[in-house]
Amino acid sequence: MSALERSDVARLAVLARIDMTDDDLDRLSGQLSAIVDAVATLESVAGPDVPATSHPIPMANVERDDVVDESLAPAEALAAAPQAQDGRFRVPQILGEEA
Amino acid sequence: MSNLTYADAVAAFDPVFGIEVHVELNTKTKMFCGCLNEFGGEPNTHVCPVCLGLPGSMPVTNGKAVESAVRLGLALGCQIRESSRFARKNYFYPDLAKDYQISQYDEPTCFEGAVDVVLDDGVVVTIEIERAHMEEDAGKNTHVGGTGGIQGADYSLVDYNRGGVPLVEIVTKPIEGMGARTAEVARAYVATIRDIVRGLGISDGRMEQGSLRADVNLSLRPKAADAAAQSAVPFGKRSETKNVNSLRAIERSIHHEASRQAQLLLAGQSVVQETRHWHEDTMSTTPGRSKEEAEDYRYFPEPDLLPVEPARAWVEQLRGTIPEHPAKLRARLREEWGFSELEMRDVVAADAMDLIASTIAAGASAQAARKWWMGELARVANEREVELTALPVTAKDIAQLQGLVEAGTINDKLARQALEGVLAGEGSPSQVVEARGLVVVSDDGALESAVDEALAAQPDVLDKIREGKLAAVGAIVGAVMKATRGQADAGRVREIILARAGVEG
Amino acid sequence: MTDWSLPEQAVRSTAAQMADALAAGEVTSSQLTQAHLDRIAAVDGPVHAFLHVDAEGALAAAESVDADRAAGVSLPRLAGVPIGIKDVLVTKGLPTTAGSRILEGWIPPYDATVTRKVREARMPILGKTNMDEFAMGSSTDHSAFGPTHNPWDLDRIPGGSGGGSAAALAAFEAPLTIGSDTGGSIRQPASVTGTVGVKPTYGGVSRYGAIALASSLDQLGPCARTVLDAALLHEVMAGHDPHDATSLREPIPGAVSAALEGASGDLSGVRIGVIRELGGEGYQDGVRQRFEEALDAARGAGATVVEVSCPSFEYALAAYYLILPAEASSNLAKFDGVRFGLRVERETVERTMAATRAAGFGDEVKRRIILGTYALSAGYYDAYYGSAQRVRTLIQRDFTAAFEQADVLVSPTTPTTPFKLGERIDDPLAMYLNDVATIPANLAGIPGMSLPAGLAPEDGLPVGFQILAPAHEDVRLYRIGGAMEALLTRDWGGPLTAQAPALPTSTAEVAK
Repeated sequence: MSALERSDVARLAVLARIDMTDDDLDRLSGQLSAIVDAVATLESVAGPDVPATSHPIPMANVERDDVVDESLAPAEALAAAPQAQDGRFRVPQILGEEA
Repeated sequence: MSNLTYADAVAAFDPVFGIEVHVELNTKTKMFCGCLNEFGGEPNTHVCPVCLGLPGSMPVTNGKAVESAVRLGLALGCQIRESSRFARKNYFYPDLAKDYQISQYDEPTCFEGAVDVVLDDGVVVTIEIERAHMEEDAGKNTHVGGTGGIQGADYSLVDYNRGGVPLVEIVTKPIEGMGARTAEVARAYVATIRDIVRGLGISDGRMEQGSLRADVNLSLRPKAADAAAQSAVPFGKRSETKNVNSLRAIERSIHHEASRQAQLLLAGQSVVQETRHWHEDTMSTTPGRSKEEAEDYRYFPEPDLLPVEPARAWVEQLRGTIPEHPAKLRARLREEWGFSELEMRDVVAADAMDLIASTIAAGASAQAARKWWMGELARVANEREVELTALPVTAKDIAQLQGLVEAGTINDKLARQALEGVLAGEGSPSQVVEARGLVVVSDDGALESAVDEALAAQPDVLDKIREGKLAAVGAIVGAVMKATRGQADAGRVREIILARAGVEG
Repeated sequence: MTDWSLPEQAVRSTAAQMADALAAGEVTSSQLTQAHLDRIAAVDGPVHAFLHVDAEGALAAAESVDADRAAGVSLPRLAGVPIGIKDVLVTKGLPTTAGSRILEGWIPPYDATVTRKVREARMPILGKTNMDEFAMGSSTDHSAFGPTHNPWDLDRIPGGSGGGSAAALAAFEAPLTIGSDTGGSIRQPASVTGTVGVKPTYGGVSRYGAIALASSLDQLGPCARTVLDAALLHEVMAGHDPHDATSLREPIPGAVSAALEGASGDLSGVRIGVIRELGGEGYQDGVRQRFEEALDAARGAGATVVEVSCPSFEYALAAYYLILPAEASSNLAKFDGVRFGLRVERETVERTMAATRAAGFGDEVKRRIILGTYALSAGYYDAYYGSAQRVRTLIQRDFTAAFEQADVLVSPTTPTTPFKLGERIDDPLAMYLNDVATIPANLAGIPGMSLPAGLAPEDGLPVGFQILAPAHEDVRLYRIGGAMEALLTRDWGGPLTAQAPALPTSTAEVAK
């Protein structure tokens, strides 16, 4: 749980789908290590008996009725598409097969 | 291809399997937005900023989907968690509009259940359920081009209509000790889930339409001396087979996988833990994308949604709406209807139970309903290569048809012709009968002349009848039926012939 | 008395004064809107508060209000008063970039709920204001489209991430703007530009259509030059929204009546708690001095000032810089070149996504995405994100305890006056220290306001006074803030913004 190695940053960049040059990796791992060191102190601060807050204002059971709402017209939906074809969004070949 | 059969494989090894079923809910709208949840439709016509993952969009939970998920959990004998949260499952894929899926991770709404599965021979197997949780579906990628090369015209087109559709994912615990019956049990389990979701009315449960999907995990381990020792043997490496989209394919894919894995293990090789895809055309599985490392989904609680906390009183009220377990329902109906075990099994296999029940409700007898649906209609369905439910005839039609036969208005042969007309879209049975003039002729005068005509053509028949050769009666009946284009009341004709012969009928 | 026929005077009035003048027929919305468009044309070259100006749309809206008013149609209070909107908010038909190249040229097909409310309030939208990319920053230095300059000193930062919204106010380019605050992005810019900024209780204003940074911390809020103006805008923006599951189901706070009540300057019976941990070392002398003077003024008006301690605040920055990147790394995954925005095409979709994000995101964004991805990674969740969420509970508990001793808690909004542009851009940790006083409110979900406390003697630059109230008690900010403002402006002889130096103007005219 100490400094971020360059190889860690490279792996994280792949996970986050951001291309990085060698320079990027060098620079980032230095900066991030410093930040990680600064924030790493937290584990010992609040023990497991302290509940986590994921919602600052507690609420529950917020739901909507199963009622149809307005959809976008297909032209609107596709208007900003970098590439569209046959009413669908076009993307280059997908390397992996369907999940 | 494996030379080892499934039987060999399960003789040599002990199979352990698990099944993940995804149920597509039939709510009107999607899981987190108000877009229509409808099969088919022009691409990208049921999308909005939310399910399209546009910047600034936010999800809001569909209360009906929660209700369906809780009812499903109850029907699976699950406990309903008092407080459960949605979680984000983060990964990049073009059909995933936000590049994360809203699902449930360590707090599934339903957990720790059990489902009884009745096999064909009546043996009951209890399948333990690990969890049933809610999540949203992804859109649909259509791959265009197929050379497999990176250069060239390969690309994909994405339709987000399906993106955001509510799903419930049901995960079993590892199922051990089924041995050779593993494939059969797997199939029966999925069929049971299908029946349960249909019985609840929360899903169409159609595997061929994708509203019910199954992924099958299978591993083999060395056989041990007895059951106690067997459960101590660690599980082998498992494969997960996706794209299994029919009950038949479930059985077949297990047969194939067991054989494949056994072959590897017997050759001293190891089974790779991986995802595989089932191909119906080649009846085999192929490996999916080989991943350098397991995908790290970085689950964390969904901050845009609040916890789901079903009130206990509401859960109990929902429990009251859960219909009978399909196996119990089936047993009760079989008795009510007076079918044999074999007859009932055929009805279930043909997915005709609901049709028969509706036909009975519309006034026909159980035997008559079965005769029509499992007889003539099954034949037509087979011919046309469709499901019974896809035929353009309703339970009411069949009940009406049977009613006409029992009233003597038509006979069996005419009924078949009337049915043809109904299937051709000419109207209801009584409409077809009227339009085509398929009414049985029972006017004595007409019948008597027809009989006399036939007797005149075969003068020695009356003597034969008097001699006791009653088969000769049939010949005259046949001739009369032919002359009347099948519209004579056969019973009456027979009576007239016997009267002519001066013999008691 | 404002001479509404003189644009220089018109743009220096408050929104409340403009609303009154419009209602009284002393000025038309077209005149007011044109005056602001002209002001933008004159000074926005050096200030660069706006990324996009919609003269045509704003004037059309203004004309429509004028026509309705002439026809005697009853109109909302702020109808005809122009407004600027931080480019984090989706506006149908108007470009929305969130300060990033990855959204350059994107025209949203829908309006944010708050945008819709602004339109329903009949306020002409002047344009979209500049911000740090994806709201990550405290300087607006990290905007992909160039920084905004502080109207008090053009070489200095206007604060961030909402520097554009604050600078527009200080430069009199708009009387009201909308901002977003995740760790201080409304309050800190208000502090360094001598303006007022409010972060409502979490959920008080709908987030639907606000491009998400950290979903459990983000909140949209009003920015203005006076407390009353902020209150007027707060009431337009607030309210339950069925499209935002986290939005509160409670009545809109009575901010305006609270502000009017506070304007008397009477603070008798009010208990003010000074947070010990948010002061002292690292805080500039002039900042502390003005803060103490403000407290003296409060005492003079009848308030009791007590010291409270919130020990867990020591960990607030660390918790924030784990929670924010984690949530942001997930929120920003949708920017992948598939459905909208920039696409840098490669042979496969995976490579396309990676190349697009490399080209489209700036350094600070990439830094935080990687950090967040790390914090959520398998094996690290408990140590990082999990721990941070637990520290959040401690912070909430500290606030709860502190609010038993005081009605409101106060601190200087930010440790220093505005520093020079580019000064901290290569030192992320130094940059993060800007937010030390503002972050705790976001972690706890409580509302906060920054209002001007004067100019630091050593550099003549604005100092901000922060007021925090318990969750759901936004009206306390307006009552006590209104009183503080009344006391301080009395001492100054007028609003602080009147002391801002004149800006170099260009004679370019906005196309009518």
